[in-house]
Amino acid sequence: MTTKSQALLNWIDERFPLTSSIKGHLTEYYAPKNFNFWYFFGSLALLVLVIQILTGIFLVMHYKPDASLNASGVPVAFASVEYIMREVPGGWLIRYLHSTGASAFFVVVYLHMFRGLLYGSYRKPRELIWIFGTLIFLVLMAEAFMGYLLPWGQMSFWGAQVIVNLFSAIPLIGPDLALVIRGDFVVSDATLNRFFSFHVIAVPLVLIGLVVAHIIALHEVGSNNPDGVEIKKKKDANGIPLDGIPFHPYYTVKDIVGVVAFLFFFSAVVFFAPEGGGYFLEYNNFIPADPLKTPPHIAPVWYFTPFYSILRAVTFPLFGLDAKFWGVVAMGASVVIIAFLPWLDRSPVKSIRYKGPIFKSALVVFVISFIILGYLGVLPPTPGRTLVSQICSVLYFAFFLLMPWYSKLDKCKPEPERVNFK
Amino acid sequence: MSVDQKMDSSRRTLLLATSAAGGVAAVATAVPFVASLTPSERAKAAGAPVEVDVSKLAPGEMMTVEWRGKPVWVLRRTPEMLASLDATDARVSDPNSDKPMQPDYAKNKHRSIKPEYLVAVGICTHLGCSPSEKFKMGAESGMGADWQGGFLCPCHGSLFDLAGRVYSSMPAPDNLEVPPHQYLADSTILVGEDGKA
Repeated sequence: MTTKSQALLNWIDERFPLTSSIKGHLTEYYAPKNFNFWYFFGSLALLVLVIQILTGIFLVMHYKPDASLNASGVPVAFASVEYIMREVPGGWLIRYLHSTGASAFFVVVYLHMFRGLLYGSYRKPRELIWIFGTLIFLVLMAEAFMGYLLPWGQMSFWGAQVIVNLFSAIPLIGPDLALVIRGDFVVSDATLNRFFSFHVIAVPLVLIGLVVAHIIALHEVGSNNPDGVEIKKKKDANGIPLDGIPFHPYYTVKDIVGVVAFLFFFSAVVFFAPEGGGYFLEYNNFIPADPLKTPPHIAPVWYFTPFYSILRAVTFPLFGLDAKFWGVVAMGASVVIIAFLPWLDRSPVKSIRYKGPIFKSALVVFVISFIILGYLGVLPPTPGRTLVSQICSVLYFAFFLLMPWYSKLDKCKPEPERVNFK
Repeated sequence: MSVDQKMDSSRRTLLLATSAAGGVAAVATAVPFVASLTPSERAKAAGAPVEVDVSKLAPGEMMTVEWRGKPVWVLRRTPEMLASLDATDARVSDPNSDKPMQPDYAKNKHRSIKPEYLVAVGICTHLGCSPSEKFKMGAESGMGADWQGGFLCPCHGSLFDLAGRVYSSMPAPDNLEVPPHQYLADSTILVGEDGKA
């Protein structure tokens, strides 16, 4: 470094912690050296967040949140999306990046969460990272739901109608709450405008704040790893973990490989299958919203379906309250319960590598029931399917609620002293 | 340190009082923001009654009109359709319309002023989807053989008979709402206002 640029850096460092921040979070932040494939998804989630914000900024320049009908009798909001697709130069690409990005976000986040389950990343001392993560997931669901209303298609409208009506199931305050969310007696222009406001500014701000908190908490305690042993326990003479390597350049370079691989798949979807077979962009959403006619079959977008199935699985009233109310409670609980994992897992080891057969089977059953719930959520209900979704919902909750017992009973293998690394 | 530890209680009281007053002001400031989320005066005012001409409606046919942003159905029932209500009596959860889902003048078996015409809000009482027509009996509607004709909600499978009465053990808790309405002439219905008003 030349003396001049060194002098400039010193000038900045005396006023802003630039060098020390770069050191603390990148060049002298020591991450375990045994990260595997599963550790790509955190940085990929960050990449998708950036894609969504960037494409979102450009979409807002052309999109109009207006439910009134234009001269040709099409809602202005719906027509403005068609305008972006057909007449704005490059608009189709920006919009497909954004709509595919929504699904990609959930793919990446689900895999990122599953990594946590595999290696016990939620265990002490990483409880707060996990709680921030659960909140990010919750906020992300709100963000995706509100964004889905904006194209003002049939699925947008009726999906919002159903989900907002869920809130009216809450005793006493429910109907008024639904009214405040909609801003009208039906899903209308008022609803579209407030969802637009939430989707483009309020919720993203919260999301970014939570992501920052998630990363600050991570860098405070350091990353877990596939062996689930703390690398900070064994340090060299300089206080650097023996099994740690600086995040930059080692993991920045590794993550670039992940980014390239991800963009491979992502671009393939954007260019060749942007509708995702009707799962990323549902066919009914190419029809403008019609408040008088529900499409013959409505289903949420794929990433909501496991939770939607749990909602539908509750078909019986309890304690004098509607099935509708308990369905909402079950759906809410199925997300919130994830936050309690750090205290539910009583296993002596963190990683699946050293956990015993009971936990491994429980995890397999959990993943299978989650996938079945997701599959059933896109199908219309029949008595047989409802029964299957009820069984899967019970298994879903059993994975969490019985964990304090089965994780303790399990025959675990001893953890190694240091991480395995070939 | 000993000086710091001695608390000036009058200053502490003042501090608490100031914080409390500030807190009240903060909450009061939130009021207009929350209020702005509730339906506007325009949204409340929209809801004028709608006149429906049913003279062209053939027996067994249904028409949909928009009232307060919601679909309102007018179904002209055939004698067979009306007879089906006897068959569904035992299978619906509120056969006598005891729950206040209709004006008093529609609290009868056919849930309408004139037995022939059913006027109902086409919004499922479960989560607000609009049920679809399944008027034909039995398998012709793609339903079970004992299907008497009625409505199927596509979202969560609730079933309603031809008087908008919900079948027992369905996700939907209540019968379809019958809006206030009146006959201005033999074949003209005013939806949204009853005769008394």
